Amino acid sequence: MSQKITIEPVTRVEGHGKVTIHMDDKGQITQSRLHIVEFRGFERFVQGRPYWEAPVLVQRLCGICPVSHHLAAAKALDVIVGAGTGDGLTPTGEKMRRLMHYGQFFQSHALHFFHLSSPDFLFGVDGDPAIRNIIGVALTYPDLAVQGVMMRKFGQEIIRATAGKKIHGTGAIPGGINKNLSIEERDEFLKGADPLNADKMIEWAQGALDFFKNYYAANKDFVDNFAQFPSNHMSLVRSDGALDLYHGRLRAVDAEGKKILHDIDYQEYTNYIEEEVRSWSYMKFPYLKEYGKENGWYRVGPLARLNTVDFIPTPLAQREFEIYKALTNGKPNNHCLHTHYARLIETLHAAEMIRELLNDPDLLGNDLVIKGTKQKEGVGLIEAPRGTLFHHYRINDDDQIEMANLIVSTTHNNEPMNRSVNFVAKSVMTGKDIITEGMMNSVEVAIRAYDPCLSCATHALGKMPLEITLVDKDNNIIDRKKSH
Amino acid sequence: MTKFKRVLIYGYGNPGRQDDGLGAAFIQKMEEWISKNPCTGINLDCNYQLNIEDAEVISGMDLVVFVDASQEVIEDFSFTRVDASSARVEFSMHAVSPAFVVDLCKKMFHDAPVTYLLHIKGSQWDFKEELSKTAVENLEKAFTFLTNKILKGELLALESN
Repeated sequence: MSQKITIEPVTRVEGHGKVTIHMDDKGQITQSRLHIVEFRGFERFVQGRPYWEAPVLVQRLCGICPVSHHLAAAKALDVIVGAGTGDGLTPTGEKMRRLMHYGQFFQSHALHFFHLSSPDFLFGVDGDPAIRNIIGVALTYPDLAVQGVMMRKFGQEIIRATAGKKIHGTGAIPGGINKNLSIEERDEFLKGADPLNADKMIEWAQGALDFFKNYYAANKDFVDNFAQFPSNHMSLVRSDGALDLYHGRLRAVDAEGKKILHDIDYQEYTNYIEEEVRSWSYMKFPYLKEYGKENGWYRVGPLARLNTVDFIPTPLAQREFEIYKALTNGKPNNHCLHTHYARLIETLHAAEMIRELLNDPDLLGNDLVIKGTKQKEGVGLIEAPRGTLFHHYRINDDDQIEMANLIVSTTHNNEPMNRSVNFVAKSVMTGKDIITEGMMNSVEVAIRAYDPCLSCATHALGKMPLEITLVDKDNNIIDRKKSH
Repeated sequence: MTKFKRVLIYGYGNPGRQDDGLGAAFIQKMEEWISKNPCTGINLDCNYQLNIEDAEVISGMDLVVFVDASQEVIEDFSFTRVDASSARVEFSMHAVSPAFVVDLCKKMFHDAPVTYLLHIKGSQWDFKEELSKTAVENLEKAFTFLTNKILKGELLALESN
């Protein structure tokens, strides 16, 4: 008799998902799927609203990455108000947004590493679940836990200074920004008492990276072989090929490093990217049109970014990038767990960028907004911590939004997450009579590497309905339950 | 002017999901109330959800009141002491629970403030920036309850009057 194992909710992932693993009567894994219930209500929610409200409204999508949505929407509306596509703002406008963005990156990556991932590394994937969590980290490695919390706090304070309040941040507006940075705010971030200053954050970011490198050195086989499979990779890159998390052109490379999307203008993304609907998941599966559904899927996020860019434009992160790239002889890195490595290099880069920006006098300027000839449609792209984030709006003659389309990072990573789940399920569960907690956690470790934000992907902040469907071999529904 | 010890009233939830915005609405009312009833020592904060850094935020406080919308079966509102020992090691979301925040605070800073959860009953959760009628009524009741407690000094000893 075949078995179906269901893991739900996927722990330490934003929102709730469901993993279903089908096992035949010989103990072979026949199919594994990550199910996510996508609720497309948010696009409808913003329709009819004045366009200038969008950067504030979209923050309600997600309590984890409101700043990314805020900035992606603002970038799309820059186009609509005729302020260009990301690089046409005043120096103060652009650099304040960048500071906000790198603050968001820093705190989001710190949360993921210290809160969600480090327990697996410190206590082992099959470690005691009672301590394999941040409370266990706080008890066993108190200095590390405090670092994680204070790095989060530093990033949050940067966001507060640039975006305004934690809820309803209003910093970015169409065509620019609504405030500059005061000298007092700047000096506090640069010279504040330890640990809340930029120098200490760089030191701690380097320390977190060194921690992972040591872990990797001691566990190379595991890290290299866990959910390792070839894929395409996509991200924004700066015009000179540098890592740029705020603005650039869209590039994709294949598993061998060949460019398959050639630094295109993202305003034209619909010419290159399509979203596929599959019957068993409400979350769409994006792919590059030219390569089709089977071959055109790709990863986004830290792993993908360090595969697409040519270099990192800050010295410490660049040095680490070179060490990292040498692991794969300069070829794209397709090792799932190296995503953590890449994420920590980006954390270091974000800390360096924060310090560089804080030393830039343009942040103190007063020329905040520009406007030009209004357009009807605009696309805003940004590299959110989890990957490339698309916001696309069209307005009517009354300045109301009449169309909105959002593609979030977790949606881009839908196919690779499913492949990762399948890879790990086959590796650890095939032929086993007993499914241990450690095996189940291994599946979740694969998903967590992508840091998916299901609430964001499903556009259902607050609480997401969870539906459980039992089907027989002919796909007849045996039972269905839904919780709220 | 009434002077309190270090108090934090911290609302959380998503104002874009109707009654999930009760925590934020409560903090907004508190800001207005404090502007008319000047007092020191009361700090207000608001966010979409609680997270690990909130352990550090509460570590410097004597008293913390978390304010959240509730889907549970309660009357109008409930006011209960947060028991850190009840913190479940559950990470189903990036967000964490009040008990988890208090527990993490204890583990990291070796102490934690007296903490309460003011749970206000909500009923509608769609994408809409407007509290339901019953949520507004429940908000008023909860607000009156807490401000009366504050004024009477029932939640903590007053430093001076």
